[in-house]
Amino acid sequence: MGEPLLELRGLTKAFGALKVTQDVSLTVLPGEIHAVIGPNGAGKTTLVHQVSGTLGPDAGSIHFAGRDVTRLPLARRARLGLARSFQITAVLPGFSVLENAALAVQARSGSSFRFWRAAATEAALNDTALDALARVGLQDRATTLAGDLSHGERRQLELAIALAMQPRLLLLDEPLAGAGPEETERLVGILAGLKARYGILLVEHDMAAVFALADRISVLVYGQVIATGTPGEIRANAEVRAAYLGEDH
Amino acid sequence: MLHRYAVPLAIFGALALAPLLGFGAGHSLSLLARAMILGLGAVGLSVLVGGAGLVSLGHAASFGIGAYAVVMLDAAGQTNAGVVFPVAVLAAAVFALLTGAVAIRTAGVNFIMITLAFGQMAFFTAASLSAYGGDDGYTLYARTRLFGTRLLENRWFFHYLLLALLVLAWVAGRRLLASRFGRVLRAIRENPLRVQALGFSPYPYQLLAYTLAGALGGLAGALLANATEFVAPSFIAWQRSGDLLFMVILGGLGQLHGAVLGALAFVLLEEYLAELTPHWRLIFGPLLVLVALYLKGGLLGLVQRRG
Repeated sequence: MGEPLLELRGLTKAFGALKVTQDVSLTVLPGEIHAVIGPNGAGKTTLVHQVSGTLGPDAGSIHFAGRDVTRLPLARRARLGLARSFQITAVLPGFSVLENAALAVQARSGSSFRFWRAAATEAALNDTALDALARVGLQDRATTLAGDLSHGERRQLELAIALAMQPRLLLLDEPLAGAGPEETERLVGILAGLKARYGILLVEHDMAAVFALADRISVLVYGQVIATGTPGEIRANAEVRAAYLGEDH
Repeated sequence: MLHRYAVPLAIFGALALAPLLGFGAGHSLSLLARAMILGLGAVGLSVLVGGAGLVSLGHAASFGIGAYAVVMLDAAGQTNAGVVFPVAVLAAAVFALLTGAVAIRTAGVNFIMITLAFGQMAFFTAASLSAYGGDDGYTLYARTRLFGTRLLENRWFFHYLLLALLVLAWVAGRRLLASRFGRVLRAIRENPLRVQALGFSPYPYQLLAYTLAGALGGLAGALLANATEFVAPSFIAWQRSGDLLFMVILGGLGQLHGAVLGALAFVLLEEYLAELTPHWRLIFGPLLVLVALYLKGGLLGLVQRRG
C-alpha cells in the first residue's frame, strides 16, 4: 500500500462554541479514492478548506507527501502538488477553455515573471493543457470562452484545470454538484478513469457516485468521523444507517 | 468586422498627421501634447484597471512625482534629460512600490480609498514645498535639455517624441498583458482564489504591475512639466486621478488604445466646451455621467459596434 499521500491527524476546528471539525483523522493512499460523505452541516466544506489551506485548523496536523503542510497557505500547497476543485465552479469566465487549462500548466512550469512573449504561443503550455482537456472530453471546446460553457462542461473544465496542474493529489469538492443525470454519468466515467493515477479525496453528495467510485469512505456527522471503511462496510454499518443513510439504503 | 489594428492605427495615424493638417499651430500642438501625455499615463492606468483589476484613485501622484522631479533637479541646476527622466521615472516607481506594498494588501473599495489617501498625501506634501512655490506652483524657465540641445523646445519634435513614446507604451502594455505575467494578472482580476489554488501568490504580480504603472506615470509627469513649463500641486490633486480614471473608462476598458482615445476625447471635449461657454462644466459633468451610464464599452465599444 505504501506511505499515505495525505494524512490528517486529529484535525480540530471550532467557530466560537460550534465545533465543525472534531478530531478528524484520515488518510489517502496513492491511487486511492477516499470519499467523505455526510449530511448537510456535517463540516465537509470546512474540512476541504483546511486540507486546501484556505482555513487553518485549531489543532491537529496535515501531512502531504510526507511533509507537514499544516501551516502552509493555499498557493504553497498547490505548488507541492495538491490540486483542488471548487464546489461552486471557479473557472475564469473571461478566459478561453484552453487558456484556463494553460494557466494551470504555467503554474507548474517555469517562472511566470516573463513579460514579453505571448503566453498563448507557448506550445509547451498549450500541449499539456490540450492533453488535460482531452482527458475530460473538452478538447473540441478549447477556443470557447469558459463563461459560455454549459454547467456540466464547466464541471469538466474544473477537473481539467486540476489535471493540468500535474498534481499528486486531487481534492474534489462536490465535483458533481448541480450536474444533470447525463452529465453526472459522464463525470463519473471521467473520475473512474483518473483513479489509480492520482490520490483523490472526494467530497460528494451523490451517494450512487460515491459508492461506485470510492475505495474507502469516511462518514462525517457533526464534525466527527463516525465510520471509515470500504463501501460494503459502510453500507452494512448500523450507526451510519441510523445517522445518515436512512432505511431505504 | 474591423481589422483588429484598424482603430489603434487610425488613432495613431490621426495624431501623426494632425500637425500637417491644420493642427500645427502652437495652441493646437500644446493641446495635443497634453492629450498624449495624459494618454501615456492613462495607458498605464488601463493596464492596472482593465488588466489587473486594480482601480487606483491615486494615479496622479506618480504624475506629480515625475513633474516635481523635473523642477527640483532644475532648481539644483540639473537639466540633462539623461539624468532628469530616469530620476523622474525611478522616483515615481519607488513611490508606487512603497505605497503599493501597503495598498495591495487591501481589495475593492478599500483599495480605492487607500490609493486616494496616498495621492492626497503626495498632494499636501507638494503644496507645502515652499521652495518650489507651494500652492502657487513653480515655473520652469527652460525645458529639459536633450543631449545638450534645446530640441524639446521644438514643438514639432516634441509632438513626434510624445507620439513615439505613446506608441511604445501601447505596444509594451499589450505585450505585457499577453505575456505569462499578464495572463496571471488577468486571472487574478477574474478570480484571485482560483489563481491561488493553482499555486500563484497574487501579491508580487499585482505589486509589480502597480510599480510599472507608477513608473510610466512618472515619465508622463516629467513630460507634462516640460509641456506646460510649470508645475503645481494641482497636478497631483485627486480630481486629476479621477480624470485619468475617467479617460480609461470613457475610451473603453479592456483594450489599451481605449485609454489613448479616452484621453484625446477628454482633452478636446474640455477645450471646445470651454470655448463654447464659461459654464462648460454644466455640460461636461452630465455628459460624463451619461457616458458612464449608457456607453458600456466606452467610445471603443461605439466605434466597434459600428464596424
